[in-house]
Amino acid sequence: MFLADAINWAGAFDWSAAWAVLTLRDYNTRVVALGAACLGLASGVVGTFVLLRKRSLLGDALSHATLPGIAAAFLLMSAAGATGKSLPGLLLGATLSGVLGVVCVLLIVHHTRIKQDAAIGIVLGVFFGVGMALMGIIQNAGTGHAAGLSSFIYGRAASMLAGEALLIAIGSSAAALACALLFKELTLLCFDPGFGGAQGWPIVLLDSLLMALVVGVTVIGLQAVGLIMMVALLVIPPAAARFWTERLWAMVLISGGCGALSGLLGAMLSALTPRLPSGAVIVLVASGLFGLSMLLGGARGIVARAVGGWRVARRIARQHLLRAVYEFTEGAAGAPRAARGAPRVPVAALLPLRSWSDFHLRRELERARRDGLVRRAAAGAYELTGAGVVEARRVTRNHRLWELFLIRHADIAPSHVDRDADEVEHVLSQEMIAELEGELTADHPELAAPPSPHRLPAEGGGA
Amino acid sequence: MSGLLALSWQRMDTEIVVIAALGAVACALLGNFLVLRRMSLLGDAISHAVLPGLAAAFLLTGSRDSLPMLIGAAIVGVATAVLSEWIHRAGKVDPGAAMGIVFATLFALGLILIRRAADHVDIDPDCVLYGAIELAPLYREQVLGVELPRAAIVLGAVLLIDAAAVLLLYKELKISTFDPALATTQGIPAAAMHYLLTALVAITTVAAFESVGSILVIAMLIVPPAAAYLLTDRLGVMIVLSLVIAALSALGGHAGALVVPGWLGFAGVSTYSASMMAVCAGGLFALAALLGPRHGVLSKLAGRLALARGIAREDALLLLYRLEEAGAAPPASPAAMLRARHGIGPLAAHLALVQLRMRGLVRPGEGRLRLTPSGRTAAAELLRAHRLWETYLDQHLDVPRDHLHRPAERLEHVTDAGLRGRLAADLGHPAQDPQGKPIPVSGRPDAP
Repeated sequence: MFLADAINWAGAFDWSAAWAVLTLRDYNTRVVALGAACLGLASGVVGTFVLLRKRSLLGDALSHATLPGIAAAFLLMSAAGATGKSLPGLLLGATLSGVLGVVCVLLIVHHTRIKQDAAIGIVLGVFFGVGMALMGIIQNAGTGHAAGLSSFIYGRAASMLAGEALLIAIGSSAAALACALLFKELTLLCFDPGFGGAQGWPIVLLDSLLMALVVGVTVIGLQAVGLIMMVALLVIPPAAARFWTERLWAMVLISGGCGALSGLLGAMLSALTPRLPSGAVIVLVASGLFGLSMLLGGARGIVARAVGGWRVARRIARQHLLRAVYEFTEGAAGAPRAARGAPRVPVAALLPLRSWSDFHLRRELERARRDGLVRRAAAGAYELTGAGVVEARRVTRNHRLWELFLIRHADIAPSHVDRDADEVEHVLSQEMIAELEGELTADHPELAAPPSPHRLPAEGGGA
Repeated sequence: MSGLLALSWQRMDTEIVVIAALGAVACALLGNFLVLRRMSLLGDAISHAVLPGLAAAFLLTGSRDSLPMLIGAAIVGVATAVLSEWIHRAGKVDPGAAMGIVFATLFALGLILIRRAADHVDIDPDCVLYGAIELAPLYREQVLGVELPRAAIVLGAVLLIDAAAVLLLYKELKISTFDPALATTQGIPAAAMHYLLTALVAITTVAAFESVGSILVIAMLIVPPAAAYLLTDRLGVMIVLSLVIAALSALGGHAGALVVPGWLGFAGVSTYSASMMAVCAGGLFALAALLGPRHGVLSKLAGRLALARGIAREDALLLLYRLEEAGAAPPASPAAMLRARHGIGPLAAHLALVQLRMRGLVRPGEGRLRLTPSGRTAAAELLRAHRLWETYLDQHLDVPRDHLHRPAERLEHVTDAGLRGRLAADLGHPAQDPQGKPIPVSGRPDAP
């Protein structure tokens, strides 16, 4: 049934209207899209600091807590004889009750033994309840037209007026500008508030300032996105940006861009389908961007991390192979030598040196051969090339230096040191190796690789 | 007003309260564990996120049967928890933010699905959010020959399931809540408990959604248990209290929905009962937070005030004793001296002196306040504690001589007879403190 419905829907699609929307030719669409994009930009920028301060869900309590203010402002303005739908009045009410909600969360956390998560839940549920109760009164008492108020709950960007879009644009620019001016202070607040406090920075003031920015962004975003989903705009763009970079300023820029893109695309899509709540469409676009970032993000994305892990595994396997070959050539003095002097290493002799399958070992050998580190000497036997000897000696040397270090400085028994050295040798930096060499080669200045401090398996001992 | 309420109260109002109470009690029962496990926002997240589950169930079955809806929403509920956990782990995203991402996305998806489905099925997103508890008694079904509201049957069944799970697994839930590591060593699968709780919350949320709406669910999952948490330190008592608070909120909320608009100048207008129930629960929480016997804000304040008064009384007693010891005349205005020496405000000083008189420790004589014999004994014990501490700090902790007074002055108020005896014994029953002043002997004040 749903499929049939979807097909009908697509069939009735008005392509020329869609084209007008996508090219922003329509004045209304232009207003709405620009308003939503500005909002997304500001919430992405402010949200970055909120996310890093681990206050994301406080924004949720805040946006739910704006409802009683909106409803009360409507009732008061109606009682005073005004229309009740004057936007500045409603937003003032939203601001006041939103701030009250945040203050309640902080009071509950500081003065009772309720933890922050429960305090957020309490404020969210109770304030929203108060708001809905007031909305019920408005609806049942028939005071003027209350229909517009529900757009604060679900968002209705499509009906945004030019004045409202201008308000959003000004408010968003102010919030983004404030973040730019306070970049250093907010960074300190997010990463090391304790240090900041010790340095004499007014941490409580900065925290309040950040919350004030969140209140501002939330209040101007209520109409477009709705209070239930406003938290998504504060959380999703920065979380998506986190996958792309490890630098804060880049994260702020990416997050702002992601938010702006979500707002722009979401507003366009909901202009195409006016019956869909625009807030939901904007959020789904942002979620899509988040999904893509989580998968493909360059710094922390799943694919990037998998590739990184695979590279490390490859390097470790390569180093293990070279060391096994080198140690075999060292240990087996009577190994058959080729004409040029490098000993031949039969695959069968390497197999017991590592807990690898025959397939795994041959695959690693083939990879090393392609990289020019070993060459096939005979059927089922390989030998190191010149470059291979240099690299294998370096790897073995690292391993043994590290073993010596562990035995001398970490008091690890020689019988256990091989395994421990295996785990750390691959992550040693060049400086670290130089330092180890300085400390340890004084004993063995003549050796290319110091002798192994324990019996090698090729000599008949157990690994 | 209450008379009017009693007149207009009908059988339907009672049924509304019973239905709401069943939902509220079922939510609060599970909420205890959510609050204690710091998973409170899971309830919030699930109650937002089950929307697409509901919508999908509508779209697939085309009906409003309870069972497919329960199943669909329970699946989405558990998926919310699993997905948040996965984003937190795999993406290294802050757990709160991960939850926010998942539930906001699912809510948005559900909203769109419901708007698309609204053409075919009689469903309204507003109805899901605010609930239509006022209409719940109208849908009735026959069960065992009795005609009952459908919502009451569904919520009653869910409450039974929840109660059975909590009773059967009480010990396991308790251990895994307070000490997951211990639970694991005892062979209790803590992760399984986590997901069981999540599934129960999802089922309860959905069942409650249909009749009472999501606001009530979010509020009842967290507010009554949080209020009960402020009233007791025992899990069993906390659960019972939270259930009572939830049921009271249902009753008070419905009555409030009929009455409160009148107070605000809208006579004859009623509002959503479910919302007022959440407000009522909030009010009960505020009462618990202020008046709770041990953890309430006011009782903690009262405890601090009582302590401050006790210290002020002891300071006043000691002041009079020291003046007697120095051979000075009783002060004309002890309150002024207390203020000068101990920073005690005029009101508190006056109160302390009145209390000392009422206890018979001081007595006015010749226009001045003087110590009675029992007052002198009490003051001597205090001074003994003070000078013993000064000696101890001097001998054992090498505190400089000119820094002995302040710490001893703090310690004297918390040193009882037993501790004084042990201090004296440890110091070899000294007769003088480091400044050479006599240490009063216990039980035998040196009458000046």
